[in-house]
Amino acid sequence: MKFPSFEYACPASLADAVALLSEEGDAMVLAGGQSLMPILAFRLAAPRLLVDLKNVPGLDTIKISAEDVRLGARVRWCDIEKHTGLSAAQPLLAEAISHVAHYQIRNRGTVGGSIALADPAAEMPGIAVTCDAEIALTGKLGERVVPAAKFFLGAMETCIQPDEIITEVRLPLWPSDRCWAFKEFARRRGDFALAGVAVFYDVDANGCAANTHIGVIGASDRPCRLGSAEQIINGAFLDATVIEAAAEAASNEIEPMEDHHAPADYRCALVKTLLERALTRAMA
Amino acid sequence: MTSGMKRGNALIGQPIERVEDLRFLRGRGTFVADVNREGQLHAVIYRSPVAHGLLRSVDAQAALNLPGVHAVITAQDFGADVPVIPLRLQPLPELVPFRQPMLAHDKVRYVGEPIAIIVADTAAIAEDALDLIDADIDALPPITDRAGAELGDVLLFDEHGSNSAIEWNAVRGDAEAAFASADYTRRETFKVQRHAALFMEPRGFVAEWNANEEKLTVWGVAKVAFANRTILADTMALSENQIDMVEVDVGGGFGSRGEFYPEDFLIPFAARHLNRPVKWIEDRREHLLAANHARELECDVEIAATKDGKIIGLRGQSWANIGAYVRTNGSIAPRNAAQFMSGAYAIENIQLTTTSITTNKTPTGTYRGPGRFEGDFVRERLIDLAAKDLGIDPVEMRRRNLVSSDQMPYPLATMTPFESVTELDSGDNHALFDQCLAEFDWSEKVKLQGKLIDGRYHGVSIGCFIEGGAAGPSENARIVLELDGSYTVYLGSAAVGQGIQTIMAQIAGDALEVPFDRVRVLHGSTSHVKSGFGSFHSRSTVMGGSAIVLTAEALKDKIRDAVAPTLGCTPTEVTLDGGNASGPSGGVVSIMEVIGEPIEAEAAFLNKKYTYAYGSVAAHVAVDPKTGQVDVLEIGSTKDVGRMINPLTLNGQSVGSIVQGLGGALLEHLVYDKEGQLLTGTLADYLLPTAGDFPNIHSTVVELKPSPLNPLGAKGAGEGEIIPIGGIIANAVAAALVDFNVEPLELPLSPPNVWRLIETAQKT
Repeated sequence: MKFPSFEYACPASLADAVALLSEEGDAMVLAGGQSLMPILAFRLAAPRLLVDLKNVPGLDTIKISAEDVRLGARVRWCDIEKHTGLSAAQPLLAEAISHVAHYQIRNRGTVGGSIALADPAAEMPGIAVTCDAEIALTGKLGERVVPAAKFFLGAMETCIQPDEIITEVRLPLWPSDRCWAFKEFARRRGDFALAGVAVFYDVDANGCAANTHIGVIGASDRPCRLGSAEQIINGAFLDATVIEAAAEAASNEIEPMEDHHAPADYRCALVKTLLERALTRAMA
Repeated sequence: MTSGMKRGNALIGQPIERVEDLRFLRGRGTFVADVNREGQLHAVIYRSPVAHGLLRSVDAQAALNLPGVHAVITAQDFGADVPVIPLRLQPLPELVPFRQPMLAHDKVRYVGEPIAIIVADTAAIAEDALDLIDADIDALPPITDRAGAELGDVLLFDEHGSNSAIEWNAVRGDAEAAFASADYTRRETFKVQRHAALFMEPRGFVAEWNANEEKLTVWGVAKVAFANRTILADTMALSENQIDMVEVDVGGGFGSRGEFYPEDFLIPFAARHLNRPVKWIEDRREHLLAANHARELECDVEIAATKDGKIIGLRGQSWANIGAYVRTNGSIAPRNAAQFMSGAYAIENIQLTTTSITTNKTPTGTYRGPGRFEGDFVRERLIDLAAKDLGIDPVEMRRRNLVSSDQMPYPLATMTPFESVTELDSGDNHALFDQCLAEFDWSEKVKLQGKLIDGRYHGVSIGCFIEGGAAGPSENARIVLELDGSYTVYLGSAAVGQGIQTIMAQIAGDALEVPFDRVRVLHGSTSHVKSGFGSFHSRSTVMGGSAIVLTAEALKDKIRDAVAPTLGCTPTEVTLDGGNASGPSGGVVSIMEVIGEPIEAEAAFLNKKYTYAYGSVAAHVAVDPKTGQVDVLEIGSTKDVGRMINPLTLNGQSVGSIVQGLGGALLEHLVYDKEGQLLTGTLADYLLPTAGDFPNIHSTVVELKPSPLNPLGAKGAGEGEIIPIGGIIANAVAAALVDFNVEPLELPLSPPNVWRLIETAQKT
C-alpha cells in the first residue's frame, strides 16, 4: 500500500503540463487524486511522472451561459453541490452528483478525474453521455472536442491520448421546462451504484414526450444511452403503460456485466425498476 | 458481596464517561503505527498468490540486490523444524496436523499465506522488492467449498487422508426417540456466509532485540499478551522473562485481533535475525487475506415439536468451512455452533454434529459470538418455520419454549471431544422477553406485519439469546498504594476498545473505598502482573474486575496489619477511610506516614464456570420487493447482565454488537472465486456497516439476576446482541414477504439475494 517511486511536476500552465506529458510518455495526470492515489497504492499503475494540475489556471471554473454549461476539469463535486446556479441550469447534473461518494471525497474528487477514469458505474460519465456533452482535450497538437458518446471506449478506457489533458466538459443548454429524473441504487450511501439511470425529455405542443434521453450507468462496460426505451417514449403521452413498456425495453436492451456485487439478471431487473421510478418521477 | 464493597458502591453502576476518550478524541492515542524505534527497519510479507500448490523454491536474489533491502527471510532460515502456530484453546491431538507453519515451506494452502518476509529501509522499498521475489509453485486444484472438500480427490493434508479435520458432537437426552415420537418435524438446510471481525485499524508490530541483555520487546500485542509471550518464547527458544509484550491502543479486537498469527513470530524473529528494530504495519488488503475469517457454515438441521408447539428435539449436521489451517482458536466456532444452537430454549433432546472442513481459504477463528451467531440463525429460523406450520404465534411459540427461572440451572448439550459441560445459571428469560416486547411496542408494530406501505413490505420479529462469558481459569491483579496516597492497579486483562481503564477504576474505587480519581489502571502488558489471561469470551469485567475486588481486600488487610501497632489495636479493629486509618479508641493516623513506602498486594480470581447473560432482540424491517433492499427501521433489545458496572459503556457494547450483527446479516461477505482468489479485497467490495446505515437502535440493560459465581455478581456482556441478529433479520424479512411465501435460509440478505428469493417464489 505504499506508492511506487515517481517524479512529480507541478506546472504553472496548460502548455507546460502538455509539454511534460509529451516529453515523458510514461506520465499520469493528477487532479483530485481520489482514484489515482489508490491505483498507485495498489500498484495497479506505476508511472514515472505525475503531472499535478493544481497550479494550472482556469480549470476550476463553472461557466453558465445562454449556450451551455461548462465545467472545468478541476471542478470538484463540492463545487457543483454548492453552486447556486446549477440546480436551474443543469438540474440533472446537480442531482446525480449528490450521489457521488462521501463528504471527504466530494471535497477533492473532480469532474475531469471521473471522466478520465471512466468507471462504468460513475455518475459524471453517465451524465455526460445522457446529455450529449462534449469533452474538450488539449494535447501537443492543440485542442480537440469529442462527443461523450465517442469518448468512452470501455471500462476504464477512453480516447484520451498520452499527451492530452481534459480541460472542460460542456453540457448543452437545458430548457427550464424540461422533465427529468435521476435514480440510482447503491448498497450503502456513497457506494458505486449497482446501476443508475438518468432521464430527460421535453414535452411538445401536443403534450407528448420528445427529445428523450435515457442514460444508464453500472449496467455495461461504459455509460450508454438506451435507444429502444427512448423510442417508446418519444411521441408518446406518458402513462403507466408507456413507462412499463419503456422500462421493459431498457431491461432487454442492456447486457450487464456479472460480478460479485450482483448477477446480470438482477441488474436487468434493477434497471427496469429504476427507469420506471425515474420516468414516474420525471412525469410528476 | 465482600465487606469492602458494602459501604462505597458510589462508582459501580454509574454512567461514568470513558477516561480513554479524552486521549483518543484529542489524537493522543498510541496505536502500533505510532510506535517508532531508533534505527528501525520495515517489513512486508510476501504472500502466496495461489490458493493451493507445491512450493518448490523461493528465489530472492533479485529482491536482495535492490538497494535498501536488508534481508529476505524464508522458511529455510528457520532450520529443519519450521515453527508452527500452536493451539491456544482446546489443544486436541487430532488438530495437531492442521497447525499453520510460520512460513510456508512444502505447500501453500491459501492465497495470502506467508512465504517470505522482506526487511528494508522503508516499507515502500520492501514493497518494491515484493515484485522481485520469484516463488516457484506447482499449482494444485483449489478446494473452496464443502462439495469440493468432500470429493476427496484433492487433499490439503495428504497424510491426513481427508479434508474433514474433526467432528464436534453436542448431545443431550435422546434425540432419536424424540424425533420418532414427535407430532411435527421439519428439516431445512441453511448457509451462513464467510465474513470477518474487521476491527478498525489493521494489525502491526514493532519488535526490538537487545543483544547485550538478550531481551526482546514487542509492541502491538492485544487480547492475550501472556499466552502469546509463552508461544513466542517457545518458538524463539527464549525464556518468558526475556520477553516484554507491550500493549498499545487498539481500535477493537472482536476476537480476531491479538490471536497469534504468523507475523507475531516473523517480526520478532526478523528483529533478532538482523539485530535491528523491525516494524510491520498490515495494510487493509493484506488484512482481509491474513487475519482470521469467520462464520462460514452450512447446516442441515431438523426440529421436532409437539402439535402445541413444545420443541422436543433438535438434530442434524453442520459443516464449518474452516479454511486452510487450525490456528490458535480455530476449534471454537464450529463446536459452539453445535453446543449453543439450542440457546435460551429448553430443548430436551439434542444430537448435533459439526464437521470442521479444511479448504484453500484463509483460516478461520473466533469473531464476536463465535458459532453462536451461526447457530442462532438456524434455530430462530426453525422456530418461526415451525410456528407457521403449526399455526402458533411465533411470540407464543418462544414463550412456551424459553428456559424458565425455575428450570435453572439448566444443562446445555454436552460437547465432545474436549468434553464440556455447562449450564444456564441464573436468569429470567420470560421477564426479558416481555420487557423487550413492551419496549418495542410489539402489539402495535405487529399490525404492520406483511403490509405493503409506499412500495415496501413491513415485517417484525423477535428472538432470544444467551451469552456465555467469564472463561477461566483465572485473572491476576496487583494493586499498589503509592507514596502520594494514590492507588495503581495492574491487571492481566487487555484493552480491546471496551473501556476497561474506566470500568476497572470504578470497581477498584469502590473496592478500595476511594474516589475514582485516586485510581490509575495499567493493563495488558506482561510486565504488570505475574500472569494474565487477557480479554476474550466476554471475560474482562467479570474476571479482571473480580481479581481487583480480591486484591483490594488483600491490600486492605495488609494495610490494617501495618497500622494496627501504631493505633494500639488488632488489625480487625482498624477502620480505613481513604488515606487515613483509625482505631476503636478514636485515634486517626495517615496511612502513608505510618508505612512510609509503597505497599502492594497481588491476587488472582479463579473461575471454572461460565456466566450467562440473557436477552431478547426485536426488529422492524421494510423490504423493497423490486430491488431486494432490506431497510432496518428499528431494533430494540433487552439484556440482563446481573450487575452493571457502567451503563454507558454497556450500552455501547449492545448497540455496537447489534450494528456488527446487521453487517453480517445484510452486508458483509468474503467472496472467493473458484480459483480460491478473494474477490472482496477492499472496503469498497467488502461492505461494512457505516454510521448512517442503522440509526434507530435502542438497547436496554437490566440487573435482574446477579451471577452467583463472582463477587461482583456480573456476567460477561461484550458479545450478546450480535448473536441472534442473523436469525431475527431473516425472520423479519420472511414476515414482511409472507405474501410471497419467502423463507430465507441463507445469509447475507443482500439486495440481489432477497430479489432472487422473491423472483423464485413468484415463478413457483
